[in-house]
Amino acid sequence: MEFAELIKTPRADNVVLHRPFYPAVEGTLCLTGHHLILSSRRQDNAEELWLLHSNIDSIEKRFVGSLGTIIIKCKDLRIIQLDIPGMEECLNIASSIEALSTLDSVTLMYPFFYRPMFEVVEDGWRAFLPEREFEHLSSVTNEWRLSYVNKDFSVCPSYPPAVTVPKSIDDEALRRVATFRHGGRFPVLSYYHKKNGMAMMRSSQPLTGTNGRRCKEDSALINATLRAGKRGYIIDTRSLNVAQQARAKGGGFEQEVQYPQWRRIHKSIERYNILQESLIKLVEACNDQSHNMDRWLSKLEASNWLTHIKEILTAACLAAQCIDREGASVLVHGTEGTDSTLQITSLAQIILDPRCRTIRGFEALVEREWLQAGHPFQQRCAQSAYSNSKQKWESPVFFLFLDCVWQILRQFPCSFEFNDQFLILLFEHAYASQFGTFLGNNENERCKLKLPQKTMSLWSWVNRPQELSKFKNPLFEANSLVIWPSVAPQSLQLWEGVFLRWSRSSKFLDEAYEEMNNIIEYNKELQAKVNALRRQLAELETDDGMQESS
Amino acid sequence: MKYIGRTQVENVRLIDHISSKKAAPGTLYLTATHVIFVENVSETRKETWILHSQISSIEKQATTATGCPLLIRCKNFQIIQLIIPQERDCHDVYISLIRLARPVKYEELYCFSFNPKLDKEEREQGWKLVGLNEEYNRMGVPNNYWQISDVNRDYQVCDSYPNEVYVPKSATAHIIVGSSKFRSRRRFPALSYYCKDNNASICRSSQPLSGFSARCLEDEQMLQAIRKANPGSNFIYVVDTRPKLNAMANRAAGKGYESEDNYSNIKFQFIGIENIHVMRNSLQKMLEVCELRSPSMSDFLWGLENSGWLKHIKAIMDAGIFIAKAVAEEGVSVLVHCSDGWDRTAQVCSVASLLLDPFYRTMKGFMVLIEKDWVSFGHKFNHRYGNLDGDPKEISPVMDQFIECVWQLMEQFPCAFEFNERFLIHIQHHIYSCQFGNFLCNSQKERRELKIQERTYSLWAHLWKNRADYMNPLYRADHSQTQGTLRPQTAPCNFLYKFWSGMYNRFEKGIHPRQSVTDYLMAVKEETQQLEEELEVLEQRLANLNKVQLYNGKENSKQQDQNTHLGLSIANNSIANTPQDYVNNVKSFPSRSPSQGDEEDSALILTQDNLKSSDPDLSANSDQESGVEDLSCRSPSGGGCLPSEDSGKDPDSDEAVFLTI
Repeated sequence: MEFAELIKTPRADNVVLHRPFYPAVEGTLCLTGHHLILSSRRQDNAEELWLLHSNIDSIEKRFVGSLGTIIIKCKDLRIIQLDIPGMEECLNIASSIEALSTLDSVTLMYPFFYRPMFEVVEDGWRAFLPEREFEHLSSVTNEWRLSYVNKDFSVCPSYPPAVTVPKSIDDEALRRVATFRHGGRFPVLSYYHKKNGMAMMRSSQPLTGTNGRRCKEDSALINATLRAGKRGYIIDTRSLNVAQQARAKGGGFEQEVQYPQWRRIHKSIERYNILQESLIKLVEACNDQSHNMDRWLSKLEASNWLTHIKEILTAACLAAQCIDREGASVLVHGTEGTDSTLQITSLAQIILDPRCRTIRGFEALVEREWLQAGHPFQQRCAQSAYSNSKQKWESPVFFLFLDCVWQILRQFPCSFEFNDQFLILLFEHAYASQFGTFLGNNENERCKLKLPQKTMSLWSWVNRPQELSKFKNPLFEANSLVIWPSVAPQSLQLWEGVFLRWSRSSKFLDEAYEEMNNIIEYNKELQAKVNALRRQLAELETDDGMQESS
Repeated sequence: MKYIGRTQVENVRLIDHISSKKAAPGTLYLTATHVIFVENVSETRKETWILHSQISSIEKQATTATGCPLLIRCKNFQIIQLIIPQERDCHDVYISLIRLARPVKYEELYCFSFNPKLDKEEREQGWKLVGLNEEYNRMGVPNNYWQISDVNRDYQVCDSYPNEVYVPKSATAHIIVGSSKFRSRRRFPALSYYCKDNNASICRSSQPLSGFSARCLEDEQMLQAIRKANPGSNFIYVVDTRPKLNAMANRAAGKGYESEDNYSNIKFQFIGIENIHVMRNSLQKMLEVCELRSPSMSDFLWGLENSGWLKHIKAIMDAGIFIAKAVAEEGVSVLVHCSDGWDRTAQVCSVASLLLDPFYRTMKGFMVLIEKDWVSFGHKFNHRYGNLDGDPKEISPVMDQFIECVWQLMEQFPCAFEFNERFLIHIQHHIYSCQFGNFLCNSQKERRELKIQERTYSLWAHLWKNRADYMNPLYRADHSQTQGTLRPQTAPCNFLYKFWSGMYNRFEKGIHPRQSVTDYLMAVKEETQQLEEELEVLEQRLANLNKVQLYNGKENSKQQDQNTHLGLSIANNSIANTPQDYVNNVKSFPSRSPSQGDEEDSALILTQDNLKSSDPDLSANSDQESGVEDLSCRSPSGGGCLPSEDSGKDPDSDEAVFLTI
């Protein structure tokens, strides 16, 4: 087995573990192919640490005499420290961790080795098929069809085999449109607003180039979503400047002349490395141990993280407004249509569609708008805030989306079926997981890797009642309204549950959550009791009445 | 009224300063106590009331085509802009308001005309709600170490102190008077808080008049007496809450701080809290940030940092934490002072008390705390909050900062306080409103001379009457957070101090969470209580029914049944089986759906009527749809013609005493 080659020192004794909120623990460190395990020598022999190698973002080594120290920075933002006696052991362990946490091949990742210890009630891989979504859609409209034009991923490698498109557009036209859009990502349905029949579509940029290439099937496709005499909105997630520059590289945007029925709005949202740098700076600020208040606020500001949150939410609200308030259809795209585009379309749905605020609905949204829509998770989540690699594919695009959802949840604490723990769970699993859900960059890759056959889905695990109960928001009351979040700076806050998770104790906040839960549980219990008694009384009284009349 | 030029102006428009939504025209009224704006829209006739005493500044802005704008900034952080069609009218209103907002006599203040329709006895009862004697007894004094001293009866020794103070038993009148002569404004060391578990105490005073070398035997004896009153410890801390530089500068003026060389067994400590002028400017800067129209995230964070406000809040908290730790963990007594000992000293003593004693974290206890550390010890309410026209340099948000410290603690310890954020906001409001007599004047002496208790009402009685609105649903007397000392996280904790939008952007409904967890949980708890009562009745009924069946007394059973039916006022049992029906059947059941205007589930709508609050300003608008209006104005989105909806603002029902002129 190749892992063995990477593990020169499989175990070391008298290792001391330091981590936030726990006293230091001495124990034996073991390295396996996928885990770093530290068990203490206390009588109960309790396991103290069980860390996935893939969760390790970066490591640092230090030596004082022969005592080595390894500082492990995790993708979930935690920092732990291991003191290892013996320079050789320490060096061996450090190099093993480094190698094991940066495996090249996906098929060596833990999800391919993980043996679930629970019974699968519902296979998560089959829980959110496009067919089922389409069924839901066709119950309210017949203007759309499910196209299998991409069934062998030949038209668009990053799209799923089945996509929803206007009924009037045939597969041949789709093929032609695909050649006119970056990466073949032709406009497809993202969301249908039942209330007024308006649609939100997403795509990549049109390949107009400098000489204004056009494609009549493309305009026909998106025009098919417009009502007679109505205009639609194109939300371009790049600034006008950037969009214009894209023409030099063969890209571009929809010109008014060719799309007279559409009004284009540019809402600039940052990409890739800028977001990654923002995350790195923010986490650095959160981990700063200095006592200076000023430094904290200016570092928070300098990270720009909340600025990105504000920009993304504003664009999403704009898309939602166009649909709900203006009664217009919307097309969203940036360059590739795999990052900021998905942030906007998925957040707009959270705002507009009460279904997306349920657990099941949110899972479906993540499946539909992120996984099946071809957000390159494997590239984007390869490294987190402590990475020092200069690769430019990493970017906390999905993380920002989760943060935005948290912001809306904070403003509408009773409108979501899930709590912030659920969002944190998704954040963790997007970066490191025993499940195969977030492996691969698109459906095509997942298919080739045979993930549904070879790995377990996160949904299979999380959707069991005993797990779900941890993620349920006790305050939830179904709310059929559109929820409009505020994007004022005063309304947006640092997501403490993630960013301060390892730097401040949450004991008192957890107690408050528990108290809240108890208040609501007790109320439900009483309600059940009262109802049971009423029923009992009603029965007794009818019996009584019958006796009387007989 | 004599200061009012025009009492009524038509066709005025009121502009919410943040949202530039279209304002309906209305009528502006000036009364002796309020500015009132009534919209002309017939179905709503929305009213906006502003107390003259809340007005902090009035600004006449350049006339535009639509009229003459008048910008009014309030001390409770409300900002409104009135557009008055005629320049002449605007000028009249401006001149009147300038005068009305700056009364020169206490008698002009609202509390002397405010009449909540209580009789004399009720008023007296109200003033008795919070008693300091009771409080000192609760702390455990007088006892072997501490006694009440009447050395200050008739305010002979110190006119800004209460007439009754607690001092160490070994401090004779001679020592006290001697010490008082060695302290600024004769504010000698007196007891603020006594910890009966370990005899450690918090005492307060003003700075000593030590200059570069002066000494005072009595003052040294006084501090020695404080130390002796705590036999468990051989020293006391002397905490000077000023920055060291400020304290040193005071020495040149013959004031200063205690030298460890002259006082035996003291440990001296500076804690750098800035003075009232720095704090006033800091607040001013922060409010400028709050006022920005569609600020970027950077504008906001930079502005917030630049204001230094949170740094100051942290400094006050740190001082309180230091003292609480000395008392609770080290068992050492502390003497706290600043310059005069009525601003920073009050802040720090009350924060420390709040951390130390769970009683002060209850509603009653918090009232007592403010009476003790602020009102009785001569915090200069009149000067600091500009109730009467005076020196603008005396104005400073000292109490506002204390209230914010409490809020910051509530954020960190959500179960520790019996009261909620609304309670704090209302207290802040009334520090400026002058609607109740509690915070009038600068000292107990002045209040007695004005006969405040005979002529005005007590805020505490008013808040207590409405206490249901101020409850923290997460508070439980037996919860671990409500026991003992609160220990806030200290190292590294900058991020724990947050901007309080609920206070400083209080009137911008659009930016606050649209659903209130507090209100929701309170409704659940109220329902729970009703369920408990119903459960008892049902069990009783079931027991009776079973008994009846046993005895087979049919006539009897029928009668009993009818009785219970009436008692429960449930019309039909057969449909009362689902929770929803229950909701409809129980009269005055407070609906707990946080979402207003939910068309689909009318049984659970929280209407304005049952969203009861003594200050509708805080709760009137939970219309989620109105978020759209916010978006369009806060972040010009390029969408252009986006609709806007009104977020209603209602008058303070507190103050709904319309004086016709």
